[in-house]
Amino acid sequence: MHKSLTLGVAALALTITACGRKEPPAIDVPPTDQPAGDASGVAPGDVELTELPAMQADLVAKAGSDTVYFGTDEFALDEPSKATLAAQAKWMLANPKVRASIEGHADERGTREYNIALGERRANAARDFLLTQGVPAARLLVTSWGKERPVATGSDESAWAQNRRAVTVVVR
Amino acid sequence: MIRNIALLVSAVSLATAAHAQDDPPEVVGGSVRSSQTIAVPAMPATQGASEALGRQIAEVIASDLRSTGAFTPLGPNGIGGYSVAQAGAPAYGEWRNAGAGALVAGYVEARPDGRITVACLLHDVTAGRQLATQGFTVAAADWRRAAHKCADTVYARLTGEGAYLDTRIVYVAETGPKTNRVKRIALMDSDGTNLRYLTTGRANVTTPRFSPNGSQLVYTGMLARKPRVFVIDVASGAERLLVPGGAITFAPRFSPNGRQIVFSWAQGGNTDIFVVGANGGVPTRLTSAPGTDTSPSFSPDGRRIVFESERSGTQQLYVMGADGSGQRRISFGGGRSASPVWSPKGNLIAFTRIGGGGFRIGVMDPSGGGERLLTNAWQDEGPSWAPNGQFVLFHRTAQGSGNATLHAVPIAGGAPRRMPTPQGGSDPSWSPLKT
Repeated sequence: MHKSLTLGVAALALTITACGRKEPPAIDVPPTDQPAGDASGVAPGDVELTELPAMQADLVAKAGSDTVYFGTDEFALDEPSKATLAAQAKWMLANPKVRASIEGHADERGTREYNIALGERRANAARDFLLTQGVPAARLLVTSWGKERPVATGSDESAWAQNRRAVTVVVR
Repeated sequence: MIRNIALLVSAVSLATAAHAQDDPPEVVGGSVRSSQTIAVPAMPATQGASEALGRQIAEVIASDLRSTGAFTPLGPNGIGGYSVAQAGAPAYGEWRNAGAGALVAGYVEARPDGRITVACLLHDVTAGRQLATQGFTVAAADWRRAAHKCADTVYARLTGEGAYLDTRIVYVAETGPKTNRVKRIALMDSDGTNLRYLTTGRANVTTPRFSPNGSQLVYTGMLARKPRVFVIDVASGAERLLVPGGAITFAPRFSPNGRQIVFSWAQGGNTDIFVVGANGGVPTRLTSAPGTDTSPSFSPDGRRIVFESERSGTQQLYVMGADGSGQRRISFGGGRSASPVWSPKGNLIAFTRIGGGGFRIGVMDPSGGGERLLTNAWQDEGPSWAPNGQFVLFHRTAQGSGNATLHAVPIAGGAPRRMPTPQGGSDPSWSPLKT
């Protein structure tokens, strides 16, 4: 009885740290070149932006709104949106020292990754209209938050309509 | 005698023992079947190991086995124990009388070097024979790993499926109001223990996914107010930007050999799929259709990629060669199909079905046939496979509150099981089996 037990048991060395060290170097090792985030070699598009709350408030006051809205799963601008963007363009031309991050959002009824793409299409549509109004391309950035930052919390058509939007965020 | 037994237990390397496993996994006929009762009494201790530890290890094994859905564990509470000698020679008749079809026995031995060895012996009680024997030597603090390994041994031997319990899950921990969620990357063992957070300091993080060896994650985080793909080292937390230069990048996944990362890149109102070396470099374009191409996932042999595209007008699933060749649609069911993930066995693709105002998790074979929906709730999305291909992990979002929780559903059918997380959780990804 006892003999069969001793013969049958084979113990494994399973020390987690030791095993980890014994492994050959992973094929997915970090790069040897300068990682992003170091002071040297950071591309302009990889530098954090600073919001300008007072300027943002001025944009809203002068242009009427910093936000335009979209239909479900759509990225076309309607006439009210174009009027809002035209007013935003005037403000941008009157305030030449700032840039704008055009930020697209989607409602919660799309999948996460699809909604990032959809938000980019909305922001891009708004940016393209601002370009037609004479705002230099170098001052316009495009991004998407997908469904990550709703402004209305409900799961109903009213909330979804408020969340399908592109917001012009004044940045430096 | 008992002392002799303990001393004769010899430690061998993990690799050796893995090959030394004598019996190939097979489904045992007769008494040992799915959902059968399996006794998991408290393990006896020897060489000064603590009796309490033997009970705790049995508790973890029983909990793991219950979570598989294939077993009804008996004990360790409410049932008697046994001696070290009886671990290899149990009183089969007594366990039969207790209603058990199988028995997980073993013992815990304290070693002179401070580590412990957990012996794990599986018995077919009805047939009165031993089915598997393994021993696991771990640091005393890592006793839970030995328990998971023992449960994996039992699960694999009795079901014929691959092990998957000695794994981790990475997910996005969610706190705060719906309009300003605080999201952090969280890592936990597959049973919800050993939770820790990877601090990135980013305004938002989504979709963390393991590298094939489990040492790294790719995820999407915000930098300069844009979604960007980052690679982060799990052990050190060191991270780097995958594609510098302000590109909006997201939906990342490693290739099966870990050498490449496939992802989406949105520019000028169009999102396409690209692939780049895992260490960086110049991305190669794989798709160029108008509209959104996203959520790419490699086949386990690395030769194909499944993804979603709205080139037909709505989100549908497509398969292409790993070089972008031969793109063809595979989903033709009702509604839209999104966020596909190829199973580790290669035989199925899990996806999110959009329709009827909600999201459900489904599976189909890689040619698009055999579609089955596995869940039914308001919003179930973001599927991820267990490493043995038997379970799909996903997150379920509640209508209104938007609160998300993690669930795993067996592909064989059955109710999803809630995975315990202290806060909200989304975008789960199952690690490979630990080594």
